[in-house]
Amino acid sequence: MIVTEPIVKVGIADLKITNVPHSLKTSGLGSCVGVVIYGRKLAGLAHVMLPDSTTSKKQLSNPMKYADTAIDLLVEQLLHEGARHSNLQAKIAGGAHMFSFQSNNSMLKIGDRNVEAVLAKLEQYHIPVVAQDVGGSKGRTIEFNIATSMLKIRTVNSGVVEI
Amino acid sequence: MVHMENLSQHHLDVLQEIGNIGAGNAATALSALLNKKIDMKIPAIKIVEFNELMEDVGGPEEVIVSVFLRIQGEAPGSMFFVLSPNEASSLVEQVTGNASDDLTESDLALSAISEIGNILSGSYLSALSDFTSINLQPTVPNVSIDMAAAILMQGLIEISMESDYAIMIDTTIKEEGERSSSIKGHFFLLPDPTSFDKIFSSLGVEDQ
Repeated sequence: MIVTEPIVKVGIADLKITNVPHSLKTSGLGSCVGVVIYGRKLAGLAHVMLPDSTTSKKQLSNPMKYADTAIDLLVEQLLHEGARHSNLQAKIAGGAHMFSFQSNNSMLKIGDRNVEAVLAKLEQYHIPVVAQDVGGSKGRTIEFNIATSMLKIRTVNSGVVEI
Repeated sequence: MVHMENLSQHHLDVLQEIGNIGAGNAATALSALLNKKIDMKIPAIKIVEFNELMEDVGGPEEVIVSVFLRIQGEAPGSMFFVLSPNEASSLVEQVTGNASDDLTESDLALSAISEIGNILSGSYLSALSDFTSINLQPTVPNVSIDMAAAILMQGLIEISMESDYAIMIDTTIKEEGERSSSIKGHFFLLPDPTSFDKIFSSLGVEDQ
């Protein structure tokens, strides 16, 4: 399960785990949320698109797409590779609103709902959220360095920050 | 129910024709706006997984200028008019006569892009609506300049509830001739999964 390229790339509705000295990266998060869960030497990253798998209209769907099922998978894989539950911590980024529609359509507020769902699921696992950079109206590319536990966030207009 | 994963070639031909009619109308509108000849490329129909779609537009981090609107009515979907930042600046310059190096720092440039996107997508949709006799209303368009994946995923949320694949009707329009400053843009029409039945039945296409 552990991928060992220097920079492990995670696509949309995808997740991967790796160990030191590698890093995990996902590009162009808008309303999607990037969830990093890490232990001492291991980390996993999920690129979550939607809050809740139970609302899926189709049965055979991709579990890596939803906050609830993606976080289940991440935790399960990290524990399987030897991480200790009590050591796990999380950092999250994304959940933006790329457009400012005046609309009641809840799909256009999906960024907030994704963030809420991710936080609720992490809370359920008692995994502390150490840092977060969420909301706003900007796209984010994130890269997590397992050795330093730092999450680098790049945006088009405000450059790079680390949390 | 027509599922997007198993559309026949015949269905795809119908969708291509729909893109053709809509974008033809939009190209005519742009041509009138700029008083220039605008070429339209026959649309491409792609059934693509979301990550492939991002690679198609130059990668998830590629900066794009987009005008996005939701299509409401009997056959809902999303629509994008997409330009590169250079092409957008060039288009604004041709319409307003003002050269603007940085779109993000000019409210006038952004509102010009929004208005152009509004006119073009409106003419695209009204042609579609006439052709299919389906009632379609566009929402107010929204402009965003940001990473392609961040922008386009917003229009894929409805689709993602049912599928990991999108059917994208992509038409390229460009100014006739090959000057480096010529205008080149894309229309992406992304019907929601529920819309295919409506589109096909309104055109008398049998479910195969």
